[in-house]
Amino acid sequence: MSQSMAHHAAHDEHHGPAQGKGVFGFIKRWLFTTNHKDIGTLYLWLAMTSFFLAGAMALVIRAELFEPGLQFVNPNFFNQMTTMHGLIMLFGVVMPAFTGMANWQIPMMIGAPDMALPRLNNWSFWLLPFAFALLLSTMFHSGGGPNFGWTMYAPLSTKYAPASTDFMIFSVHMMGLSSIMGSINIIATILNLRAPGMNLMKMPMFVWTWLITAFLLIAIMPVLAGAVTMMLADRHFGTSFFDAAGGGDPILFQHVFWFFGHPEVYVLVLPAFGVISEVIPTFSRKPLFGYHFMVYATVSIAALSFIVWAHHMFTTGIPLGAELFFMYTTMLIAVPTGIKVFNWVSTMFKGAMTFETPMLFAIAFVFLFTIGGFTGLMLALVPADYQYQDTYFVVGHFHYVLVPGVIFSLFAATYYWLPKWTGKRYNECLGKWHFWLSVISVNITFFPMHFLGLAGMPRRIPDYALQFTNFNMVASVGAFIFGFSQLLFLYNVIHTVRKGKKVEEPVWEGAHGLEWTLSSPPPYHSFTEPPEVK
Amino acid sequence: MSMSKQTRLVSLLFGVVVFMFGFGFALVPIYNSLCKTLGINGKVTQDNSQAASGVDMSREVTVEFVATNSAAVPWAFYPNVTKVKLHPGESTRLSFYAENKTNFPMTVQAIPSVTPGLAAKYIKKTECFCFARQTLKGHEAMDMPLIFHLDPALPSKISTVTLAYTLFDVTGR
Amino acid sequence: MRNRLFSLRQLCIAVFATLSQIAWAETDNWQLNMFKGVTPLSKDMYDLHMIAMIVCAVIGVIVFGVMIYSLIHHRKSKGYQAAHFHDNLKLEIVWSVIPFIILVVLAIPATKILMRMDDSRDADITIKVVGSQWKWQYQYLDQGISYYSNLSTPYAQIQNTQDKSQWYLLEVDKPLVLPVHKKIRFLVTSNDVVHSWWVPELGIKRDAIPGFMHEAWAIINEPGTYRGQCAELCGINHGFMPIVVNALDEQAFNQWVQAQPKVEDEYAAQTAPTVPLKDLSYETLMAKGKDKYEQICGACHKPDGTGIPPMFPALKGSSVAVGKPISRHIEMILNGISGTAMQAYKDQLTNEDIASIATYERNAWGNNTGDLVQPKDVLAVRQSNGQAPKMVNKVQAGGLR
Repeated sequence: MSQSMAHHAAHDEHHGPAQGKGVFGFIKRWLFTTNHKDIGTLYLWLAMTSFFLAGAMALVIRAELFEPGLQFVNPNFFNQMTTMHGLIMLFGVVMPAFTGMANWQIPMMIGAPDMALPRLNNWSFWLLPFAFALLLSTMFHSGGGPNFGWTMYAPLSTKYAPASTDFMIFSVHMMGLSSIMGSINIIATILNLRAPGMNLMKMPMFVWTWLITAFLLIAIMPVLAGAVTMMLADRHFGTSFFDAAGGGDPILFQHVFWFFGHPEVYVLVLPAFGVISEVIPTFSRKPLFGYHFMVYATVSIAALSFIVWAHHMFTTGIPLGAELFFMYTTMLIAVPTGIKVFNWVSTMFKGAMTFETPMLFAIAFVFLFTIGGFTGLMLALVPADYQYQDTYFVVGHFHYVLVPGVIFSLFAATYYWLPKWTGKRYNECLGKWHFWLSVISVNITFFPMHFLGLAGMPRRIPDYALQFTNFNMVASVGAFIFGFSQLLFLYNVIHTVRKGKKVEEPVWEGAHGLEWTLSSPPPYHSFTEPPEVK
Repeated sequence: MSMSKQTRLVSLLFGVVVFMFGFGFALVPIYNSLCKTLGINGKVTQDNSQAASGVDMSREVTVEFVATNSAAVPWAFYPNVTKVKLHPGESTRLSFYAENKTNFPMTVQAIPSVTPGLAAKYIKKTECFCFARQTLKGHEAMDMPLIFHLDPALPSKISTVTLAYTLFDVTGR
Repeated sequence: MRNRLFSLRQLCIAVFATLSQIAWAETDNWQLNMFKGVTPLSKDMYDLHMIAMIVCAVIGVIVFGVMIYSLIHHRKSKGYQAAHFHDNLKLEIVWSVIPFIILVVLAIPATKILMRMDDSRDADITIKVVGSQWKWQYQYLDQGISYYSNLSTPYAQIQNTQDKSQWYLLEVDKPLVLPVHKKIRFLVTSNDVVHSWWVPELGIKRDAIPGFMHEAWAIINEPGTYRGQCAELCGINHGFMPIVVNALDEQAFNQWVQAQPKVEDEYAAQTAPTVPLKDLSYETLMAKGKDKYEQICGACHKPDGTGIPPMFPALKGSSVAVGKPISRHIEMILNGISGTAMQAYKDQLTNEDIASIATYERNAWGNNTGDLVQPKDVLAVRQSNGQAPKMVNKVQAGGLR
């Protein structure tokens, strides 16, 4: 992270958003805004709404899995819940939330007045509500919504899928388009609009991780579009990409999907790494340890992520040589990821830490994401993976890296930057309650899943054998506690925005960076003149 | 950017789009020739060169034949011989029985799969019913021939090869 | 006093230990770790898992230990003054190289085991496993045995109207019977979508891909019953297609093989029964039909017959279940409907089963046709299907295949 000095842009125009009167004025402002702060806000609210929607689906799943037997839903609906929960959490919560963070933070962090392509920015956002409306509508179509898992394996998703699958495909196309355009915008902004003096190796880590994530997105989203288009063609245009009858291969789908799917999970996690690299130094009152290595490690992770995809396919009968290759490359990713963890720990080491809510979430991230990383390493070992693949062990692994990993980093980022965005303090006591309830319940929910997987429970089943009951009950209880604890977060955010106490500068004693030189809240148009970076 | 530079850039980008579109169509012959040369996914090149390679009398390989009806295609479909022991290079002939048990004409296609996968490119089929559409009227039956040999270059650690055919219904496709 | 307390404690421990042994004799409701299993590969997988877990635990203790130490001591509230260092090239190199070496150490046994897993030659017996929605078919290629293995847990238990049995969802009508101490080769494929054949205690998981055949192997070293489940989402009843393997010593296995109906016999039994088929009463047909319907057909057509249109049509009020000819209804169950998810059940259900199901479908949910379908009606349709074929020579064959 860079130490930078800037002089206040005294010539900033101090007008607020151009908003006309009444309801129409409100709608027009938010519909047509090209301001990165407004668009960031829109993305974040979309993510918050989707979070509760997909979270409710998770609670339906956990309610059904509380006890053996079918109590609440039939298996077809259960499969729809698991599919939609996955799709919405990935494409509707994590990706828009980080894009919202990027929109808010990147221009301010690099001293730019806005994103490079503001109108493209607006369209990138507004595609999403329509994409999600299309996706959610599928649940109301005849035959029900997609019920083949977010991984959409053919031929379950081609020949044996409900009619609404085509709408899901179009929805995925729209979301992909949004991500690609957003990424182009982010790259153009970071490469072209940095303030004079801000070299690449002086950028904050959040900006670096988003730069790399944007390249990943541009590389992989067209691949996903290809995969779902081939699905569409197999369904309606008489092709046989994934149908052996016509000379195709269901495994082809898996290869194409996971070539997208694996870098996709790094798209989800790299901005999280960026957030943690911002929060920990601030609350340790020490610069980030090993900035250069952090950058190189992030680049290595991104590069390696393209050559590991078949580790999702170890049991499909790929040849020995392929299994060995993908095992070795997957294990290799542990090295740069380890470097990052060690550097965070070294940042905290011999710092002078305080434990406000953002720091609490960041520390929990380091502990719990690392545990997810360990189970990931275990999954990389092919012979052992034969016993883990498609079981609850995998579910435990990816929920550890996604929930106490990525979601916690989103909480940390929100608590960290909300005072800057709104100029008001969130309720620290409520924040701590949110933290402690979340961290305890998250472990109660997901840790037992590792045991379930080892004991032999497969994934994506609505009902299970009796010996799996105990840990399932524990996990369901934890899930409900976790789900309802998030209402504290929602309340805190809304209350802060509307009625929070005015923040006193400095917002965070240990915070450094261009964004902290602006007022809280920052002007509607900030850095209309570039700051000086030393 | 000046007007002509802009026009050049736009023309270049447009040309890339047209090229990529054409490339998509060109992929069909490209894939065909690549798969034939590399012997990928069961598309083995015609090889009548049995005489040239000779027969390896030093070892025997067991070749099993397995038939599966996909999605309950209402035909009877099974190999007339389930196992042969061959020397690599030695040619053999057998047939698969196929019967349309319905009252209506149907068209099916048999898709081969070899396990272990490494053995696939060493199976040289000189006559095979696979990948071809077979049509039978209601209650007709036939014997479908398969003539093949194993390439002597088959790795020595492979002693059993299974040739599996799955029957798919392609009536009306 | 102390002695008495001590003996009392000993007694309690002894009682508890005995009771827990009894309670845990069959299943472990709090199972924490992977199965060691009964095959060489399952043991290898377990060992690798333990090595990896221990390595990760050691690294975790070290890293988290440093963190926890920091969290306690390096606090502003304790007056600790922050240091200023922010990089150290030597340290970065050390903690890049050491993890790399640890990975190499882990990769060596993993590679060895993987190569052993790949070596399926010289098998003593070959079993073909075909996954369909939502059952497994087992074929013993050399012995001429072929049968379907369905979940046998009653629907009432799933619907919570009956207490669940010990092996709820892990029991089948016809388990796979295998010999011990022989190398068994499994050829796995699928009839429709991707399934996965997984038995943890045998250390086997192999995806069943339609149109493709893949192999796996095992040598079962201990007789016993081993249970597994489908491990790839395959539709509605993915969680309801378990696998049960009975491993028998050689003599018992041979006896079992002898006692099985061989493939030709079974088809003959259904198309040319040696015993004339009895007619059944309405009550018998309806009761058996409801049972079979809910178990087999209900997944797609729903227990109330409304189906999930358009993929799975409603049977309530449908022209097939209510209209004529009844032979059309029977034909659909026997032969399925090509190009849809409706399978042919002629190899999986007896004449009696199909007669009961058809009777139930024609009379339940207000369909009320009053039709009784008897086993001999089903036989008639089978026989009309089974007429002797006319041999022709129309094969399309050639080289370049």
